[in-house]
Amino acid sequence: MHSSKFRIQDLIKYLTLLIGVFVVLFPPYVVIINAFKSRDEFNSSSSMSLPHNFLNFDNFNVVFERGGLLSGFGNILIIIVVSLALNILFGTMVAYVLGRFDFKLKPIVFGAYLVATIIPSITTQVATFGIIKSLGLYNTMGAPIVLYIGADVIQIILYLQFIRNIPYDLDENAMVEGASLFKIYRSIIFPLLTPATATLIILKTISIYNDMYIPYLYMPKQSLGVVTTVLMRFQGVNTADWNLICAAILVILLPTVILYFFLQRYIFEGVTSGAVK
Amino acid sequence: MFGTLSYRKQKTIIIVSFLLIPLILLATFTYYPAIKLIYYSFTNWDGYSPEKPWVGLDNYREVFSNSDIFKVFEHNFAYFAMGIVQNIIAIYFAVVLNSRLRGRNVFRILLFLPYIMNGVAVAFMFGYVFDTTNGSLNLFLSSLGLKHLGETSWLGTEGLVNYALASTGLWRFMGYNMVIYIASLQAIPKDIYEAAKIDGAGSLQTLWKITLPNMKPVIQLNLFLTVTGALEVFDLPFVLTKGGPAGASQTYVQRVVETAFAYNNYGLASAMSVILLFFVVIVLAVQQLVLSRGGNK
Repeated sequence: MHSSKFRIQDLIKYLTLLIGVFVVLFPPYVVIINAFKSRDEFNSSSSMSLPHNFLNFDNFNVVFERGGLLSGFGNILIIIVVSLALNILFGTMVAYVLGRFDFKLKPIVFGAYLVATIIPSITTQVATFGIIKSLGLYNTMGAPIVLYIGADVIQIILYLQFIRNIPYDLDENAMVEGASLFKIYRSIIFPLLTPATATLIILKTISIYNDMYIPYLYMPKQSLGVVTTVLMRFQGVNTADWNLICAAILVILLPTVILYFFLQRYIFEGVTSGAVK
Repeated sequence: MFGTLSYRKQKTIIIVSFLLIPLILLATFTYYPAIKLIYYSFTNWDGYSPEKPWVGLDNYREVFSNSDIFKVFEHNFAYFAMGIVQNIIAIYFAVVLNSRLRGRNVFRILLFLPYIMNGVAVAFMFGYVFDTTNGSLNLFLSSLGLKHLGETSWLGTEGLVNYALASTGLWRFMGYNMVIYIASLQAIPKDIYEAAKIDGAGSLQTLWKITLPNMKPVIQLNLFLTVTGALEVFDLPFVLTKGGPAGASQTYVQRVVETAFAYNNYGLASAMSVILLFFVVIVLAVQQLVLSRGGNK
Protein backbone atom coordinates (compact mmCIF):
# COMPACT_ATOMS: atom_id res chain seq x y z
CA MET A 1 0.00 0.00 0.00
CA HIS A 2 2.86 2.30 0.89
CA SER A 3 4.57 1.90 -2.45
CA SER A 4 1.46 2.48 -4.56
CA LYS A 5 0.83 5.75 -2.76
CA PHE A 6 4.29 6.88 -3.71
CA ARG A 7 3.79 5.87 -7.29
CA ILE A 8 0.70 8.08 -7.53
CA GLN A 9 2.65 10.97 -6.06
CA ASP A 10 5.42 10.50 -8.60
CA LEU A 11 2.86 10.28 -11.37
CA ILE A 12 1.39 13.64 -10.36
CA LYS A 13 4.87 15.14 -10.17
CA TYR A 14 5.81 14.00 -13.65
CA LEU A 15 2.44 14.93 -15.09
CA THR A 16 2.63 18.50 -13.78
CA LEU A 17 6.26 18.82 -14.87
CA LEU A 18 5.34 17.66 -18.36
CA ILE A 19 2.47 20.16 -18.50
CA GLY A 20 4.91 22.88 -17.41
CA VAL A 21 7.43 21.90 -20.07
CA PHE A 22 4.67 21.76 -22.68
CA VAL A 23 3.53 25.29 -21.80
CA VAL A 24 7.13 26.51 -21.97
CA LEU A 25 7.93 24.87 -25.29
CA PHE A 26 4.62 25.33 -27.10
CA PRO A 27 5.10 29.01 -28.19
CA PRO A 28 8.69 28.54 -29.43
CA TYR A 29 7.60 25.35 -31.22
CA VAL A 30 4.92 27.23 -33.14
CA VAL A 31 7.44 29.91 -34.06
CA ILE A 32 9.94 27.31 -35.29
CA ILE A 33 7.53 25.44 -37.55
CA ASN A 34 6.16 28.63 -39.11
CA ALA A 35 9.55 30.20 -39.69
CA PHE A 36 10.22 27.67 -42.45
CA LYS A 37 6.98 28.21 -44.39
CA SER A 38 6.66 30.24 -47.56
CA ARG A 39 3.97 32.89 -47.65
CA ASP A 40 1.56 30.77 -49.73
CA GLU A 41 2.19 27.75 -47.59
CA PHE A 42 1.66 29.85 -44.46
CA ASN A 43 -1.63 31.26 -45.74
CA SER A 44 -3.01 27.95 -46.91
CA SER A 45 -2.00 25.76 -43.99
CA SER A 46 -2.85 25.71 -40.32
CA SER A 47 -0.32 27.41 -38.10
CA MET A 48 0.05 24.13 -36.23
CA SER A 49 1.02 22.04 -39.26
CA LEU A 50 4.63 21.19 -40.02
CA PRO A 51 6.35 22.97 -42.93
CA HIS A 52 6.85 21.05 -46.22
CA ASN A 53 10.53 21.67 -46.12
CA PHE A 54 12.66 22.38 -43.08
CA LEU A 55 15.49 23.51 -45.35
CA ASN A 56 13.52 26.47 -46.71
CA PHE A 57 15.71 29.33 -45.48
CA ASP A 58 14.09 32.01 -47.68
CA ASN A 59 12.49 33.77 -44.72
CA PHE A 60 15.81 34.01 -42.97
CA ASN A 61 17.44 35.53 -46.05
CA VAL A 62 14.68 38.15 -46.18
CA VAL A 63 15.09 38.90 -42.48
CA PHE A 64 18.81 39.49 -42.83
CA GLU A 65 18.60 41.45 -46.09
CA ARG A 66 15.52 43.60 -45.56
CA GLY A 67 15.53 43.70 -41.78
CA GLY A 68 19.11 44.85 -41.32
CA LEU A 69 19.51 42.23 -38.63
CA LEU A 70 23.23 41.88 -39.27
CA SER A 71 23.95 45.48 -38.29
CA GLY A 72 21.63 44.98 -35.32
CA PHE A 73 23.83 42.11 -34.14
CA GLY A 74 26.97 44.14 -34.88
CA ASN A 75 25.75 47.15 -32.90
CA ILE A 76 24.67 45.17 -29.86
CA LEU A 77 27.97 43.28 -29.90
CA ILE A 78 29.95 46.53 -29.81
CA ILE A 79 27.77 47.88 -27.01
CA ILE A 80 28.11 44.67 -24.98
CA VAL A 81 31.89 44.40 -25.39
CA VAL A 82 32.68 48.04 -24.61
CA SER A 83 30.26 48.47 -21.71
CA LEU A 84 31.14 45.13 -20.12
CA ALA A 85 34.91 45.73 -20.39
CA LEU A 86 34.51 49.04 -18.56
CA ASN A 87 31.88 47.66 -16.16
CA ILE A 88 34.17 44.80 -15.09
CA LEU A 89 37.15 47.12 -14.79
CA PHE A 90 35.31 49.64 -12.59
CA GLY A 91 33.45 46.93 -10.67
CA THR A 92 36.68 45.15 -9.66
CA MET A 93 38.32 48.47 -8.82
CA VAL A 94 35.52 49.50 -6.47
CA ALA A 95 35.44 46.04 -4.91
CA TYR A 96 39.24 46.08 -4.40
CA VAL A 97 39.09 49.40 -2.60
CA LEU A 98 36.08 48.42 -0.48
CA GLY A 99 37.39 44.93 0.20
CA ARG A 100 41.01 45.71 1.10
CA PHE A 101 41.20 49.20 2.62
CA ASP A 102 39.68 50.97 5.56
CA PHE A 103 38.93 54.64 5.20
CA LYS A 104 36.54 57.16 6.63
CA LEU A 105 34.13 57.42 3.72
CA LYS A 106 33.89 53.67 3.10
CA PRO A 107 30.43 53.20 4.68
CA ILE A 108 29.16 56.15 2.67
CA VAL A 109 30.48 54.77 -0.62
CA PHE A 110 28.94 51.38 0.07
CA GLY A 111 25.72 53.03 1.22
CA ALA A 112 25.59 55.06 -1.98
CA TYR A 113 25.57 51.84 -4.01
CA LEU A 114 23.00 50.27 -1.71
CA VAL A 115 20.58 53.19 -1.81
CA ALA A 116 20.94 53.36 -5.59
CA THR A 117 19.19 49.99 -5.86
CA ILE A 118 15.97 51.42 -4.46
CA ILE A 119 15.81 53.98 -7.26
CA PRO A 120 14.50 51.96 -10.21
CA SER A 121 16.11 53.43 -13.32
CA ILE A 122 12.82 53.12 -15.20
CA THR A 123 11.32 55.82 -12.97
CA THR A 124 14.09 58.37 -13.51
CA GLN A 125 14.36 57.96 -17.27
CA VAL A 126 12.54 61.25 -17.90
CA ALA A 127 15.40 63.13 -16.22
CA THR A 128 18.18 60.82 -17.46
CA PHE A 129 17.04 61.60 -20.97
CA GLY A 130 17.93 65.27 -20.53
CA ILE A 131 21.34 64.42 -19.11
CA ILE A 132 22.18 62.09 -22.00
CA LYS A 133 21.11 64.84 -24.41
CA SER A 134 23.20 67.53 -22.76
CA LEU A 135 26.23 65.22 -22.80
CA GLY A 136 25.78 64.96 -26.56
CA LEU A 137 25.28 61.20 -26.35
CA TYR A 138 21.72 61.08 -27.70
CA ASN A 139 21.54 58.91 -30.81
CA THR A 140 25.04 57.55 -30.31
CA MET A 141 26.22 54.22 -28.93
CA GLY A 142 27.68 56.22 -26.07
CA ALA A 143 24.22 56.52 -24.49
CA PRO A 144 23.57 52.82 -23.78
CA ILE A 145 27.26 52.27 -23.02
CA VAL A 146 27.45 54.87 -20.22
CA LEU A 147 24.12 53.64 -18.84
CA TYR A 148 25.26 50.00 -18.80
CA ILE A 149 28.75 50.66 -17.38
CA GLY A 150 27.73 51.56 -13.84
CA ALA A 151 28.40 48.79 -11.32
CA ASP A 152 25.40 47.66 -9.31
CA VAL A 153 25.31 46.64 -5.70
CA ILE A 154 24.77 42.93 -6.46
CA GLN A 155 27.91 42.92 -8.60
CA ILE A 156 29.91 44.60 -5.84
CA ILE A 157 28.60 42.21 -3.18
CA LEU A 158 29.52 39.25 -5.40
CA TYR A 159 33.05 40.59 -5.86
CA LEU A 160 33.41 41.40 -2.16
CA GLN A 161 32.50 37.80 -1.28
CA PHE A 162 35.29 36.60 -3.54
CA ILE A 163 37.82 39.14 -2.27
CA ARG A 164 37.15 38.10 1.32
CA ASN A 165 38.17 34.57 0.33
CA ILE A 166 41.47 35.70 -1.17
CA PRO A 167 43.97 35.41 1.73
CA TYR A 168 45.47 38.76 2.71
CA ASP A 169 48.84 36.94 2.98
CA LEU A 170 49.05 37.10 -0.80
CA ASP A 171 48.92 40.91 -0.67
CA GLU A 172 51.44 41.03 2.18
CA ASN A 173 53.90 38.72 0.47
CA ALA A 174 53.72 40.86 -2.65
CA MET A 175 54.32 43.97 -0.57
CA VAL A 176 57.38 42.36 1.04
CA GLU A 177 58.68 41.85 -2.48
CA GLY A 178 58.04 45.50 -3.16
CA ALA A 179 55.02 45.27 -5.43
CA SER A 180 52.91 48.42 -5.71
CA LEU A 181 49.25 48.33 -4.67
CA PHE A 182 48.28 48.79 -8.29
CA LYS A 183 50.32 45.76 -9.20
CA ILE A 184 48.61 43.77 -6.44
CA TYR A 185 45.23 44.70 -7.90
CA ARG A 186 46.33 43.89 -11.43
CA SER A 187 48.26 40.65 -10.88
CA ILE A 188 46.62 39.15 -7.79
CA ILE A 189 43.10 40.45 -7.14
CA PHE A 190 41.83 40.91 -10.70
CA PRO A 191 42.90 37.43 -11.92
CA LEU A 192 41.55 35.72 -8.81
CA LEU A 193 38.15 37.33 -9.36
CA THR A 194 37.79 35.59 -12.72
CA PRO A 195 35.07 33.11 -11.67
CA ALA A 196 32.84 35.95 -10.47
CA THR A 197 33.71 37.97 -13.55
CA ALA A 198 32.71 35.07 -15.81
CA THR A 199 29.31 34.78 -14.14
CA LEU A 200 28.75 38.53 -14.36
CA ILE A 201 29.77 38.70 -18.02
CA ILE A 202 27.27 36.00 -18.94
CA LEU A 203 24.38 37.49 -16.96
CA LYS A 204 25.03 41.03 -18.11
CA THR A 205 25.47 40.00 -21.73
CA ILE A 206 22.03 38.39 -21.63
CA SER A 207 20.39 41.36 -19.94
CA ILE A 208 21.93 43.95 -22.30
CA TYR A 209 21.10 41.82 -25.33
CA ASN A 210 17.49 41.56 -24.14
CA ASP A 211 17.06 45.21 -23.16
CA MET A 212 14.60 47.21 -25.19
CA TYR A 213 13.93 50.36 -23.18
CA ILE A 214 17.35 52.03 -23.37
CA PRO A 215 18.13 51.46 -27.06
CA TYR A 216 14.55 52.38 -28.00
CA LEU A 217 14.67 55.63 -26.03
CA TYR A 218 18.22 56.75 -26.75
CA MET A 219 19.07 55.42 -30.22
CA PRO A 220 16.09 55.92 -32.54
CA LYS A 221 18.46 56.39 -35.50
CA GLN A 222 17.92 53.59 -38.03
CA SER A 223 21.61 52.74 -38.44
CA LEU A 224 21.99 52.31 -34.68
CA GLY A 225 19.32 49.61 -34.39
CA VAL A 226 20.12 46.74 -32.04
CA VAL A 227 18.41 43.34 -32.19
CA THR A 228 15.38 44.40 -30.14
CA THR A 229 14.74 47.67 -31.96
CA VAL A 230 15.44 46.08 -35.36
CA LEU A 231 12.87 43.40 -34.55
CA MET A 232 10.31 46.03 -33.54
CA ARG A 233 10.85 47.95 -36.76
CA PHE A 234 10.73 44.79 -38.85
CA GLN A 235 7.46 43.76 -37.22
CA GLY A 236 6.04 47.23 -37.81
CA VAL A 237 6.69 46.98 -41.53
CA ASN A 238 5.68 43.34 -42.00
CA THR A 239 2.74 43.06 -39.60
CA ALA A 240 0.83 40.54 -41.69
CA ASP A 241 3.75 38.33 -42.71
CA TRP A 242 3.90 36.12 -39.66
CA ASN A 243 6.17 33.61 -41.37
CA LEU A 244 8.82 36.34 -41.75
CA ILE A 245 8.32 37.57 -38.20
CA CYS A 246 8.64 34.02 -36.90
CA ALA A 247 11.97 33.69 -38.69
CA ALA A 248 13.15 36.99 -37.18
CA ILE A 249 12.01 35.93 -33.69
CA LEU A 250 13.88 32.65 -34.06
CA VAL A 251 17.13 34.30 -35.16
CA ILE A 252 16.98 36.70 -32.21
CA LEU A 253 16.10 34.03 -29.65
CA LEU A 254 18.86 31.68 -30.70
CA PRO A 255 22.05 33.38 -29.36
CA THR A 256 20.98 33.57 -25.70
CA VAL A 257 19.40 30.11 -25.82
CA ILE A 258 22.67 28.62 -27.12
CA LEU A 259 24.65 30.57 -24.52
CA TYR A 260 22.30 29.26 -21.86
CA PHE A 261 22.59 25.60 -22.80
CA PHE A 262 26.38 25.76 -22.71
CA LEU A 263 26.82 27.94 -19.66
CA GLN A 264 23.74 27.19 -17.54
CA ARG A 265 25.83 26.36 -14.48
CA TYR A 266 27.20 29.92 -14.34
CA ILE A 267 23.78 31.39 -14.99
CA PHE A 268 22.11 29.48 -12.16
CA GLU A 269 24.98 30.42 -9.84
CA GLY A 270 24.71 34.08 -10.72
CA VAL A 271 20.94 34.23 -10.40
CA THR A 272 20.87 32.54 -7.00
CA SER A 273 23.88 34.32 -5.51
CA GLY A 274 22.39 37.65 -6.52
CA ALA A 275 18.98 37.00 -5.05
CA VAL A 276 19.45 34.80 -2.00
CA LYS A 277 22.29 36.93 -0.58
CA MET B 1 57.73 55.21 -10.01
CA PHE B 2 54.38 54.66 -8.33
CA GLY B 3 55.91 51.67 -6.54
CA THR B 4 58.54 53.80 -4.81
CA LEU B 5 55.92 55.77 -2.87
CA SER B 6 55.12 54.65 0.66
CA TYR B 7 52.14 52.28 0.98
CA ARG B 8 50.28 54.97 2.93
CA LYS B 9 50.48 57.35 0.00
CA GLN B 10 49.76 54.60 -2.50
CA LYS B 11 46.68 53.67 -0.55
CA THR B 12 45.31 57.21 -0.71
CA ILE B 13 46.04 57.47 -4.43
CA ILE B 14 44.44 54.09 -5.16
CA ILE B 15 41.32 54.86 -3.14
CA VAL B 16 40.78 58.19 -4.85
CA SER B 17 41.65 57.14 -8.39
CA PHE B 18 39.81 53.80 -8.28
CA LEU B 19 36.62 55.31 -6.92
CA LEU B 20 36.59 58.53 -8.91
CA ILE B 21 35.05 57.43 -12.21
CA PRO B 22 32.65 54.82 -10.75
CA LEU B 23 31.30 57.35 -8.28
CA ILE B 24 30.96 60.01 -10.97
CA LEU B 25 28.95 57.52 -13.03
CA LEU B 26 26.79 56.64 -10.05
CA ALA B 27 26.17 60.29 -9.27
CA THR B 28 25.49 61.31 -12.88
CA PHE B 29 23.15 58.52 -13.88
CA THR B 30 21.42 57.58 -10.63
CA TYR B 31 21.40 60.38 -8.06
CA TYR B 32 21.48 63.43 -10.30
CA PRO B 33 18.47 62.25 -12.39
CA ALA B 34 16.53 61.50 -9.22
CA ILE B 35 17.15 65.04 -7.92
CA LYS B 36 16.37 66.59 -11.31
CA LEU B 37 13.20 64.54 -11.51
CA ILE B 38 11.98 66.01 -8.25
CA TYR B 39 12.84 69.51 -9.47
CA TYR B 40 11.07 69.03 -12.83
CA SER B 41 8.00 67.74 -11.02
CA PHE B 42 7.44 71.27 -9.65
CA THR B 43 7.65 72.88 -13.10
CA ASN B 44 5.67 72.58 -16.30
CA TRP B 45 8.74 72.19 -18.49
CA ASP B 46 8.03 71.01 -22.04
CA GLY B 47 11.34 69.20 -22.48
CA TYR B 48 13.15 71.64 -24.76
CA SER B 49 12.58 75.32 -23.95
CA PRO B 50 15.25 76.91 -21.73
CA GLU B 51 12.83 78.23 -19.12
CA LYS B 52 11.21 75.85 -16.70
CA PRO B 53 8.28 77.71 -15.14
CA TRP B 54 7.74 76.88 -11.48
CA VAL B 55 4.21 75.65 -10.79
CA GLY B 56 4.52 74.35 -7.24
CA LEU B 57 2.36 71.36 -6.47
CA ASP B 58 0.12 71.71 -9.54
CA ASN B 59 1.45 68.55 -11.21
CA TYR B 60 0.87 66.48 -8.09
CA ARG B 61 -2.63 67.90 -7.77
CA GLU B 62 -3.25 66.95 -11.39
CA VAL B 63 -2.05 63.36 -10.86
CA PHE B 64 -4.24 62.85 -7.81
CA SER B 65 -7.32 64.64 -9.16
CA ASN B 66 -7.26 63.24 -12.70
CA SER B 67 -8.82 59.85 -12.10
CA ASP B 68 -7.66 58.77 -15.57
CA ILE B 69 -4.06 58.62 -14.41
CA PHE B 70 -4.58 56.53 -11.32
CA LYS B 71 -7.02 54.21 -13.05
CA VAL B 72 -4.06 52.94 -15.05
CA PHE B 73 -2.92 51.14 -11.92
CA GLU B 74 -5.92 48.84 -12.34
CA HIS B 75 -4.13 47.48 -15.40
CA ASN B 76 -0.99 46.94 -13.33
CA PHE B 77 -3.09 44.94 -10.87
CA ALA B 78 -3.37 42.07 -13.37
CA TYR B 79 0.42 41.71 -13.26
CA PHE B 80 0.34 41.56 -9.49
CA ALA B 81 -2.39 38.91 -9.46
CA MET B 82 -0.56 36.81 -12.04
CA GLY B 83 2.66 37.36 -10.09
CA ILE B 84 1.09 35.68 -7.07
CA VAL B 85 0.03 32.72 -9.20
CA GLN B 86 3.54 32.69 -10.66
CA ASN B 87 5.08 32.39 -7.19
CA ILE B 88 2.73 29.57 -6.18
CA ILE B 89 3.60 27.61 -9.32
CA ALA B 90 7.31 28.36 -8.79
CA ILE B 91 7.21 27.08 -5.20
CA TYR B 92 5.38 23.95 -6.33
CA PHE B 93 7.92 23.15 -9.04
CA ALA B 94 10.82 23.99 -6.72
CA VAL B 95 9.55 21.52 -4.12
CA VAL B 96 8.97 18.88 -6.81
CA LEU B 97 12.41 19.39 -8.35
CA ASN B 98 14.07 19.32 -4.96
CA SER B 99 12.81 15.79 -4.31
CA ARG B 100 14.58 12.73 -5.62
CA LEU B 101 13.40 12.56 -9.19
CA ARG B 102 14.74 11.21 -12.43
CA GLY B 103 15.63 13.92 -14.95
CA ARG B 104 15.08 16.79 -12.58
CA ASN B 105 18.03 18.70 -14.03
CA VAL B 106 16.50 18.57 -17.52
CA PHE B 107 13.18 19.84 -16.15
CA ARG B 108 14.91 22.65 -14.30
CA ILE B 109 16.81 23.72 -17.42
CA LEU B 110 13.67 23.71 -19.56
CA LEU B 111 11.44 25.51 -17.05
CA PHE B 112 14.05 28.27 -16.62
CA LEU B 113 14.57 28.65 -20.38
CA PRO B 114 12.05 31.49 -20.99
CA TYR B 115 13.86 33.77 -18.55
CA ILE B 116 16.90 34.15 -20.77
CA MET B 117 14.87 34.74 -23.94
CA ASN B 118 14.74 38.15 -25.56
CA GLY B 119 11.73 40.05 -24.20
CA VAL B 120 10.72 41.68 -27.47
CA ALA B 121 10.95 38.39 -29.36
CA VAL B 122 8.89 36.74 -26.61
CA ALA B 123 6.30 39.51 -26.86
CA PHE B 124 5.87 39.00 -30.60
CA MET B 125 5.88 35.24 -30.12
CA PHE B 126 2.90 35.60 -27.81
CA GLY B 127 1.33 38.07 -30.21
CA TYR B 128 1.18 35.12 -32.53
CA VAL B 129 0.03 32.69 -29.84
CA PHE B 130 -2.83 35.01 -28.84
CA ASP B 131 -3.87 35.94 -32.39
CA THR B 132 -7.63 35.50 -32.72
CA THR B 133 -7.91 33.78 -36.09
CA ASN B 134 -4.49 32.22 -36.70
CA GLY B 135 -3.29 32.07 -33.13
CA SER B 136 -2.01 28.75 -31.89
CA LEU B 137 -3.79 29.10 -28.56
CA ASN B 138 -7.21 29.33 -30.16
CA LEU B 139 -6.38 26.52 -32.59
CA PHE B 140 -5.26 24.43 -29.66
CA LEU B 141 -8.42 25.18 -27.68
CA SER B 142 -10.59 24.39 -30.71
CA SER B 143 -8.80 21.10 -31.24
CA LEU B 144 -9.62 20.21 -27.63
CA GLY B 145 -13.27 20.74 -28.55
CA LEU B 146 -13.59 24.09 -26.80
CA LYS B 147 -15.04 25.79 -29.87
CA HIS B 148 -16.48 28.77 -28.07
CA LEU B 149 -13.35 29.49 -26.06
CA GLY B 150 -11.31 29.09 -29.23
CA GLU B 151 -12.83 32.24 -30.70
CA THR B 152 -11.67 34.55 -27.95
CA SER B 153 -9.89 37.75 -28.86
CA TRP B 154 -7.30 37.57 -26.08
CA LEU B 155 -5.60 40.86 -26.79
CA GLY B 156 -8.64 42.71 -28.10
CA THR B 157 -11.01 42.33 -25.17
CA GLU B 158 -10.83 44.97 -22.50
CA GLY B 159 -11.16 42.75 -19.43
CA LEU B 160 -8.89 40.04 -20.80
CA VAL B 161 -5.98 41.83 -22.37
CA ASN B 162 -4.07 42.61 -19.15
CA TYR B 163 -4.38 39.05 -17.90
CA ALA B 164 -3.27 37.69 -21.27
CA LEU B 165 -0.23 39.99 -21.16
CA ALA B 166 0.48 39.21 -17.52
CA SER B 167 0.34 35.48 -18.25
CA THR B 168 3.14 36.09 -20.75
CA GLY B 169 5.09 37.59 -17.86
CA LEU B 170 4.30 34.48 -15.82
CA TRP B 171 5.56 32.30 -18.65
CA ARG B 172 8.78 34.28 -18.79
CA PHE B 173 9.65 34.73 -15.12
CA MET B 174 8.26 31.65 -13.33
CA GLY B 175 11.55 29.78 -13.86
CA TYR B 176 13.51 32.63 -12.32
CA ASN B 177 11.47 32.47 -9.10
CA MET B 178 11.69 28.69 -9.19
CA VAL B 179 15.49 28.65 -9.35
CA ILE B 180 15.69 31.01 -6.38
CA TYR B 181 13.24 28.82 -4.44
CA ILE B 182 15.27 25.71 -5.27
CA ALA B 183 18.40 27.40 -3.89
CA SER B 184 16.59 28.27 -0.68
CA LEU B 185 15.30 24.70 -0.36
CA GLN B 186 18.80 23.33 -0.72
CA ALA B 187 19.91 25.56 2.12
CA ILE B 188 17.50 23.84 4.56
CA PRO B 189 19.56 21.41 6.67
CA LYS B 190 18.82 17.79 5.79
CA ASP B 191 18.76 16.59 9.40
CA ILE B 192 15.53 18.50 10.10
CA TYR B 193 13.83 16.24 7.56
CA GLU B 194 15.45 13.15 9.03
CA ALA B 195 14.13 14.13 12.45
CA ALA B 196 10.65 14.76 11.08
CA LYS B 197 10.68 11.36 9.39
CA ILE B 198 11.65 9.67 12.63
CA ASP B 199 8.79 11.48 14.35
CA GLY B 200 6.49 10.03 11.72
CA ALA B 201 5.54 13.21 9.86
CA GLY B 202 3.84 12.73 6.47
CA SER B 203 5.05 14.51 3.39
CA LEU B 204 2.28 17.13 3.45
CA GLN B 205 2.94 17.77 7.11
CA THR B 206 6.66 18.18 6.38
CA LEU B 207 5.82 20.67 3.66
CA TRP B 208 3.61 22.79 5.96
CA LYS B 209 5.65 22.53 9.12
CA ILE B 210 9.22 22.55 7.81
CA THR B 211 9.66 23.44 4.15
CA LEU B 212 7.41 26.49 3.83
CA PRO B 213 8.40 28.12 7.15
CA ASN B 214 12.05 27.76 6.19
CA MET B 215 11.37 29.36 2.83
CA LYS B 216 9.54 32.30 4.38
CA PRO B 217 12.21 34.99 3.91
CA VAL B 218 12.76 34.04 0.27
CA ILE B 219 9.01 33.89 -0.37
CA GLN B 220 8.67 37.37 1.10
CA LEU B 221 11.55 38.62 -1.03
CA ASN B 222 9.98 37.20 -4.17
CA LEU B 223 6.57 38.65 -3.32
CA PHE B 224 8.06 42.12 -2.91
CA LEU B 225 9.84 41.68 -6.24
CA THR B 226 6.43 40.80 -7.67
CA VAL B 227 4.88 44.01 -6.31
CA THR B 228 7.64 46.31 -7.58
CA GLY B 229 7.75 44.38 -10.86
CA ALA B 230 4.00 44.87 -11.31
CA LEU B 231 4.35 48.60 -10.62
CA GLU B 232 7.09 48.95 -13.24
CA VAL B 233 5.69 46.88 -16.15
CA PHE B 234 6.48 48.49 -19.45
CA ASP B 235 7.87 46.52 -22.36
CA LEU B 236 5.29 43.75 -22.79
CA PRO B 237 2.20 45.92 -23.35
CA PHE B 238 4.30 48.54 -25.11
CA VAL B 239 5.54 46.06 -27.71
CA LEU B 240 2.52 43.82 -28.01
CA THR B 241 -0.60 45.98 -27.80
CA LYS B 242 0.75 49.55 -27.72
CA GLY B 243 -1.56 49.94 -24.75
CA GLY B 244 -4.66 49.01 -26.75
CA PRO B 245 -7.48 48.31 -27.28
CA ALA B 246 -8.31 51.96 -26.55
CA GLY B 247 -5.80 52.25 -23.73
CA ALA B 248 -7.16 49.18 -21.91
CA SER B 249 -3.69 47.69 -21.46
CA GLN B 250 -1.69 50.86 -20.86
CA THR B 251 0.49 50.55 -17.76
CA TYR B 252 1.64 53.36 -15.51
CA VAL B 253 5.21 53.57 -16.83
CA GLN B 254 3.86 53.55 -20.38
CA ARG B 255 1.64 56.47 -19.41
CA VAL B 256 4.67 58.31 -18.00
CA VAL B 257 6.70 57.76 -21.15
CA GLU B 258 3.79 58.92 -23.29
CA THR B 259 3.21 62.03 -21.17
CA ALA B 260 6.88 63.00 -21.43
CA PHE B 261 7.94 62.00 -24.91
CA ALA B 262 4.69 62.15 -26.89
CA TYR B 263 2.94 65.09 -25.18
CA ASN B 264 6.14 66.89 -24.07
CA ASN B 265 4.69 67.36 -20.62
CA TYR B 266 7.89 66.68 -18.69
CA GLY B 267 6.65 68.35 -15.52
CA LEU B 268 3.61 66.12 -15.18
CA ALA B 269 5.60 63.03 -16.24
CA SER B 270 8.21 63.82 -13.59
CA ALA B 271 5.55 64.15 -10.90
CA MET B 272 4.13 60.78 -12.00
CA SER B 273 7.63 59.27 -11.83
CA VAL B 274 8.25 60.69 -8.37
CA ILE B 275 4.98 59.15 -7.17
CA LEU B 276 5.98 55.78 -8.63
CA LEU B 277 9.39 56.09 -7.01
CA PHE B 278 7.67 56.89 -3.74
CA PHE B 279 5.49 53.76 -4.01
CA VAL B 280 8.52 51.59 -4.75
CA VAL B 281 10.42 53.03 -1.80
CA ILE B 282 7.42 52.37 0.47
CA VAL B 283 7.20 48.77 -0.72
CA LEU B 284 10.93 48.30 -0.11
CA ALA B 285 10.70 49.91 3.32
CA VAL B 286 7.85 47.59 4.29
CA GLN B 287 9.91 44.69 2.95
CA GLN B 288 12.91 45.65 5.10
CA LEU B 289 10.65 45.97 8.11
CA VAL B 290 9.00 42.59 7.54
CA LEU B 291 12.27 40.83 6.74
CA SER B 292 14.20 42.21 9.70
CA ARG B 293 11.33 41.38 12.05
CA GLY B 294 11.27 37.84 10.68
CA GLY B 295 15.01 37.63 11.26
CA ASN B 296 14.77 38.63 14.92
CA LYS B 297 12.26 35.97 15.80
